[in-house]
Amino acid sequence: MAAVASSPAAYGGASFLGLLVRRKTVLFGAIILIVVVAAALLSPWIAPYAPAKLSLANRLKPPSAQHLFGTDDFGRDVFSRVIVAGRTSLTVGFSVVIVSTVLGVILGLLAGFFRRLDGPIARVIDAMMAFPDILLAISLVAALGPSASNVILALGIVYAPRLARIIRASTLVIRELPYVEAARALGVSTPRIMANHVLRNLASPILVQGTFIFANAMLAEAGLSFLGVGVAPSTPTWGTMISQGRQFMDSAGWIMMFPGLAVVLSVLSLQLVGDGLRDMLDPRLSKDL
Amino acid sequence: MTDLPEDVILSVEDLQTHFVFRGFVARSVEGVTFSLTRGKTAAIVGESGSGKSVTSLSIMRLLSSPGQIAGGRILYRARDGRVLDLARLSAREMRRIRGREIAMIFQEPMTSLNPLFTVGDQIGEMITLHQPVGRAEARRQVIELLDLVEIPAAATRLDDYPHQMSGGMRQRVMIALALACRPSLLIADEPTTALDVTVQAQILDLLRRLQSELGMSILFITHNLGVVAEIAHDVVVMYAGRVVEQASVRTLFAHQKHPYTKGLLASTPNPGRDLAGSERQRLTPIPGTVPSITALPPGCVFEPRCGYAIPECRAGRPPLFPAGPDHFSRCIRHEIM
Repeated sequence: MAAVASSPAAYGGASFLGLLVRRKTVLFGAIILIVVVAAALLSPWIAPYAPAKLSLANRLKPPSAQHLFGTDDFGRDVFSRVIVAGRTSLTVGFSVVIVSTVLGVILGLLAGFFRRLDGPIARVIDAMMAFPDILLAISLVAALGPSASNVILALGIVYAPRLARIIRASTLVIRELPYVEAARALGVSTPRIMANHVLRNLASPILVQGTFIFANAMLAEAGLSFLGVGVAPSTPTWGTMISQGRQFMDSAGWIMMFPGLAVVLSVLSLQLVGDGLRDMLDPRLSKDL
Repeated sequence: MTDLPEDVILSVEDLQTHFVFRGFVARSVEGVTFSLTRGKTAAIVGESGSGKSVTSLSIMRLLSSPGQIAGGRILYRARDGRVLDLARLSAREMRRIRGREIAMIFQEPMTSLNPLFTVGDQIGEMITLHQPVGRAEARRQVIELLDLVEIPAAATRLDDYPHQMSGGMRQRVMIALALACRPSLLIADEPTTALDVTVQAQILDLLRRLQSELGMSILFITHNLGVVAEIAHDVVVMYAGRVVEQASVRTLFAHQKHPYTKGLLASTPNPGRDLAGSERQRLTPIPGTVPSITALPPGCVFEPRCGYAIPECRAGRPPLFPAGPDHFSRCIRHEIM
């Protein structure tokens, strides 16, 4: 990887393509991710049936040519529902990444930059990380009320401390670097130093953590929906589908198997891509800092 | 606050900088007094831990906690003629001084530039920060600055990243960065220490030329007496947080009135002198080490290492004695030196 880092091209996307070719697992992850995202985005056009269309004559049909993933207990097409649900699940995952990144970056930068805020913020972060993720998320959603936006907010709060901790640690290192002191000596203000010198250096850890939070958030959303505290049951998400399908686990396993598979594949692909990104970006970091 | 002679740009009076840590007070700078004449270069010389860098950071108000200015004044004559006490300026006012009035360059040219931006971007940031100019005008000024610091092919080098440049080049970029807003005072904290001797000479030449062209004053921090002889007009010798001797560069090299300065010169290699003399001179080290700033000897701080010490030296902290015109020494035996 060192060879990748030593060339200026390592900053651009070209070397990520190189990494894809060399690391087959990353390539595999990227392809799955693209397929999943494309299916979700294009779902209104490629879904063979309307996801809410009932057909009592076709209840609990196993996978076939008409119904690729079979039908559920109301005769709805599982394949159509899985790709439509993907929209919600991926949107939730992506929004959680945004919310937790914004919160985490703000908290981490403040804690890393201002010694007086470091103690209180670090304690809050530790306290939040001591809770099991899903328990904290359940209590937050219970307090806010179950809806898609509240699930996003709750999960954003749950995952923000992880990022805040990483940002804080890196900020503590970067703020002492000579070029930060040099910038200060030339009259650059603290907010500007944060944005230009610190945040720019943190781009890669944030990107890498983002992929992991994305995966975890999708999994957590599925868990919350499964437990009935997530997105309203009328909106198909992978979690609600698994939840509703579990009554037919023995007689019609495909109802919960396919949304489950969708969760597994998306999370796996995100983790693989995240691993790849980390490998690509880490040597450059260790070299420059 | 206007008791500053017209030709003096910076006057540090009885500066005290302390580091307070868990009840212990480290007096890193204790009663430092000196002044810098407009358009001239003053050098602060001293070994590691003598307080020379802390003095410069105090002037810039860049001390990181637990360091703090505990007393004294730092009078600075701003471009608009006002005399400001930098030790008491608010953080906001101080930020307006930094870069615009007083700029600083550091020891490590390799790490003082952000590796993620091109040098043109970094200098450009400094220009747009202090002047209301557009991108094209900023770029033009960047090229002008890189030309000024003698970087060849400035128009193409400004798109280079710092890692594509050598140490000497990067120090030139640092100087360009510091000059971006035409400061009246440049504080250079060991700017040549990390460089080869030949590159060092080029940088010193450059600084001298820039000084005469731009009329700026320079406060030069170094431990290298050779560099002092090259660039300084006035010299302040520091030891254990105190000024021990102060004189013009000619006077200081001709007659040292403090045993520490004598010791420093005797321990500096001088190939010219050694070859010209009939006998080879050995370098004489100063015996012992610098005392810890938290456990200073009772009398003169240099007494335990001093070859001239007499019992009276332990009696109390000596004041700065006048030892000639514009020459001061903190030694009770300065007359016999």
